[in-house]
Amino acid sequence: MEPIIRIEGLSKTYAGGFQALKDVDLEIRKGEIFALLGPNGAGKTTLIGITCGLVNPTKGRITADGHDIRSDYRAARAKIGLVPQELSTDAFEKVWDTVKFSRGLFGKPPNPAHLEKVLKDLSLWDKRNEKIMALSGGMKRRVMIAKALSHEPTILFLDEPTAGVDVELRREMWEMVRALRENGVTIILTTHYIEEAEEMADRVGVISKGELILVEDKDVLMRKLGRKQLTLHLQEPLASVPEGLTQYDLRLEAEGAELVYSFDAQAEATGIAELLRELSKRGIDFKDLQTEQSSLEEIFVSLVRGR
Amino acid sequence: MNIHAIRAIYLFEMHRWLRTVVQSVATPVITTSLYFIVFGSAIGKRMPAVDGVSYGAFIVPGLAMLSILTESISNGSFGIYMPKFAGTIYEVLSAPISALEIVIGYVGASATKSVVLGIVILATARLFVPYSILHPLWALGFLALTSAAFSLFGFLTGIWADGWEKLSIIPMLVVTPLTFLGGSFYSIAMLPGVWKRIALFNPVVYLVSGFRWAFYGVSDVGVGVSLAATLAFLLACLVAVSWIFRTGWKLKV
Repeated sequence: MEPIIRIEGLSKTYAGGFQALKDVDLEIRKGEIFALLGPNGAGKTTLIGITCGLVNPTKGRITADGHDIRSDYRAARAKIGLVPQELSTDAFEKVWDTVKFSRGLFGKPPNPAHLEKVLKDLSLWDKRNEKIMALSGGMKRRVMIAKALSHEPTILFLDEPTAGVDVELRREMWEMVRALRENGVTIILTTHYIEEAEEMADRVGVISKGELILVEDKDVLMRKLGRKQLTLHLQEPLASVPEGLTQYDLRLEAEGAELVYSFDAQAEATGIAELLRELSKRGIDFKDLQTEQSSLEEIFVSLVRGR
Repeated sequence: MNIHAIRAIYLFEMHRWLRTVVQSVATPVITTSLYFIVFGSAIGKRMPAVDGVSYGAFIVPGLAMLSILTESISNGSFGIYMPKFAGTIYEVLSAPISALEIVIGYVGASATKSVVLGIVILATARLFVPYSILHPLWALGFLALTSAAFSLFGFLTGIWADGWEKLSIIPMLVVTPLTFLGGSFYSIAMLPGVWKRIALFNPVVYLVSGFRWAFYGVSDVGVGVSLAATLAFLLACLVAVSWIFRTGWKLKV
């Protein structure tokens, strides 16, 4: 299937010489939620900026729904909604006026029924006649999302949508993003909250120092790298892993005082029960035990550090 | 042509203006009234007629032009500077609209305000000085053309400015001197020798002269020259603005 967004050989060097993106290739599939993860300054916002027309690329080509974003910018941009990271709003405008403006700006004829639906979905309907300056930070964020949705985009960019948003609102936004996906909108979000990517994304891309270092289905990534560990704190240190237990993925740590068992958390049988029986048979006692699961966060940190 | 977008920007700008209409219209009206009380009535009584026109009436077109220039630049620059300053420019830059459409929206709104303002000022002046307009259509034409050209010039300064100080530098340090030296209060024929020739390098001279011709049929330079100079200025601004949008200068990184 033709990807809804195709990025080829994209590079960006800013005037100061800083290279924000290095030869990035990326394809976004129609209808997916794609999470772009990366530390500050990794190039996430630059990537979004170029795709939406805010930043001039140094090199490379992008198409949105088959339209080149430069030569055929009208068709490409009409498909795209953007919610930037910064809370930039027209403070003196009323909520209703500002979403109406956005819809017109994107070349769509007035459609009060659609705007009403957008505002209701975002719990902004009651606030429609309030000036934006009178709204809380979370509400302003919703207004920006409403503006982006006002022209019925099929591709939505959310740049750190839940930064500085309380837990409840964050959950609500996740719900909203899912509902949008149900309606066929492709969503690309950047986030610092790995939890967010873990919760929402179909696929995850990790970007670091301007390079896209990994793109993977989230489930595959979690399975591949999402290992669980059982650590047993032994009564007596061992010199080596006992013979007959080599079929388990075991290693000794802390000078033999800790026996670490790595296993696949997703697997049906983890092998823990048998391992413990085997140990008890051999008279190996332990005083404490703990399990740990590598989260997407750890996977991410190890990937970025590994570069 | 993205008509909906032009309409959206135009109405947004007009709406912003209407919110502060008292300030936007009252300030120039009061300023103009003061000029007419001082120059028109108080001093004007002791001044001889210029080119057969009473001094009070003579300064009407020039004073109106002075306010129109200042307000056009201020409106034109503010319209685009505010979104840049507040960060809301992202939406305009990411929208499916061309540079021309953006300019028509912003500059059209700014020029509309200036034309309205010009008419209000001329009406106010009528309360102080009796005057009549010889060529009303030409007057309206010059009014509209000047409003558009200087709104566009203001738009350019709004894009150029990256701080409030720069935003006020052009009107304060360039435009105000040029308008005062541009024959608003006098005919450049009154200037001594070499200054007469220097004055011809001041674009405002052509605007004021053309506008005054539309009123009284007298002018410092031929009306055709005035019209050509105004159009040339408009064209130069259009070239500059199209270059800016093509390269993204000061708008995109």
